[in-house]
Amino acid sequence: MPDPLITMRSVTKVYGTGATQFQALKGVDLDIQAGDFVAVMGPSGSGKSTTMNILGCLDVPSAGTFLFRGHHVETLDRDQRALLRRRYLGFVFQGFNLLSRTSALENVELPLLYRGEDKKTRRELGMAALAKVGLDRWWDHTPAELSGGQQQRVAIARAIVTQPDVLLADEPTGNLDSERSVEIMELLTDLNRTANITVLMVTHEPDMAAFARTVIHFKDGLVERIEAQHQQGAAVEA
Amino acid sequence: MLGTTLILALRSIRRHLLRSFLTILGIVIGVGAVVTMVTLGKATTAAVQQQISALGSNILQIRPGQGFGRGGGGPQPPNFKPEDVEAIAQQVAGVTAVAPQASASATAIYEGANWSTSINGTTSAFLTVQPWPLVAGRYWTPAEQEAGKAVCLIGNTVRTNLFRGADAIGKRIRLGNISCDVIGALSTRGQGGFGDQDDVVVMPIKTVQRRFTGNRDVRLMLVGVDTDYQTSTVQAAITDLLRERRHLTGGRDDDFNIFDTKQISDTLTGTTTLLTRIVAAVAAISLVVGGIGIMNIMLVSVTERTREIGIRLAIGAVAREVLLQFLVEAVALSCLGGIIGLVIAQGVILALVPLMQVPWTFDPQINIIAFAISAVIGVVFGYFPARRAAALNPIDALRHE
Repeated sequence: MPDPLITMRSVTKVYGTGATQFQALKGVDLDIQAGDFVAVMGPSGSGKSTTMNILGCLDVPSAGTFLFRGHHVETLDRDQRALLRRRYLGFVFQGFNLLSRTSALENVELPLLYRGEDKKTRRELGMAALAKVGLDRWWDHTPAELSGGQQQRVAIARAIVTQPDVLLADEPTGNLDSERSVEIMELLTDLNRTANITVLMVTHEPDMAAFARTVIHFKDGLVERIEAQHQQGAAVEA
Repeated sequence: MLGTTLILALRSIRRHLLRSFLTILGIVIGVGAVVTMVTLGKATTAAVQQQISALGSNILQIRPGQGFGRGGGGPQPPNFKPEDVEAIAQQVAGVTAVAPQASASATAIYEGANWSTSINGTTSAFLTVQPWPLVAGRYWTPAEQEAGKAVCLIGNTVRTNLFRGADAIGKRIRLGNISCDVIGALSTRGQGGFGDQDDVVVMPIKTVQRRFTGNRDVRLMLVGVDTDYQTSTVQAAITDLLRERRHLTGGRDDDFNIFDTKQISDTLTGTTTLLTRIVAAVAAISLVVGGIGIMNIMLVSVTERTREIGIRLAIGAVAREVLLQFLVEAVALSCLGGIIGLVIAQGVILALVPLMQVPWTFDPQINIIAFAISAVIGVVFGYFPARRAAALNPIDALRHE
């Protein structure tokens, strides 16, 4: 087996100090292979969101090591982690988090702007990403003019426009009905298979977790168990 | 990177047009007020200087009496005599010429038209002291001056009212009880510090003394001072000479006064400049208030756009880029306000110049300064909100409702 894309060893995370101290992670060990589709599950307060923040290089562990593509992320400063996100990561959120009063294309172009791409390249890549999520005809619509499912697809286009290694999705279907949710999951599955993007997804819906190849269950700040699924999306098809 | 942030800033301004406009209103008013006030102040100063230079520069005016507003009781001090004029001209170093003046008023009549005007008797020395070109005709000759002939030069106002465009030279007009040949038409001087300078008939002083005042008194002397001499030195020398001639001994006050037009000019210019500075300072306060307005809105904007900042940070914007975006946005806003303010100021100036009867001027310096200040205000008042935006934690910012 090749070296894993992501390695976590004895990762802990403590919030607050003194009496109000709260240990969110109590020593997490994790290996994630490139190209995997991982669903992270667990009840509230189990540490799955904290883990996702660390995996997304938005936060650093209190102790332990977190290796991403060979970088010791726990040693990097704020701006270095921002550059890592810019280069390798894409984010999809439960609340879509698009810029309001801004066209779909401009939203999708945003990460390219920070990469310093010129206008022509931004336009081409932005339209290509919108085409991949089937919304190229809606490029000039603002989020207010799009449905929830469409907004989430714009958000996915924004996340993949930079061709990231890893797509982090935090309850991407949390605000959608089941039909739209399946559409989004199929889109993520497709991106995982055809574009070879590693997908890390937090969800509390087993139906959505069924699309993943690997499901990691969290409990009380620790990894409870990891299960491999060979029949992706089986639960829905059944 | 600056190009990118500029695009982002302009997009954000465009997306909130009304709010952006209200944000910069303070800057617009501040810049507009400062530029208007300073420009109009300078125009007023220029107008005052112009009026005073119309009196002639390097000229001392000598009158009997103790200066403005100090007449009061006691006998009227005597007027000067032609001998005083001669004495100053010959004995004081630095004096180019001394023009005596004796004045009277009379009604000028030509055919059907009549016009009440003032008569100014003087000598040809007045041309040396205060050159006044002719538009037609000639000046009087030394012989005519000595003999006290009834010849006159007429000012433009008199000419317009008596002759209504017709040729005046060689015509004979009635002035009070005498008739007088018009030998020259004076060029237009316009409004001066003491009214219409063209409403005058100029004649040899002997004619005026003989036919109008009935004595040899000189009411006023205009002394031309050589530019190589300090007017104050010449003024002191004249004072000494006149005190001696008027037998003023010991502690007795001067019974005449000497005005230095340059001194009056400097005083008035200084006053208007000071007033301009005070008004500009008041206007500048509104610039600072405008800057606070920008800071206020930018702070609100940072709070309101916390999620947006979170998105940008998550996508991979480094803190510096977020800081720069908000800073550039504030500077772009304030510069925009500055430009609008400058344009409005030009309009207001164009509207006020005819009302205030001052010359129109465009002063690039104050425009550049005002614009630069508006940009600096953007940086100063935009920095604090921008730093606050850049310091946000992406996780908390994304969770912000």
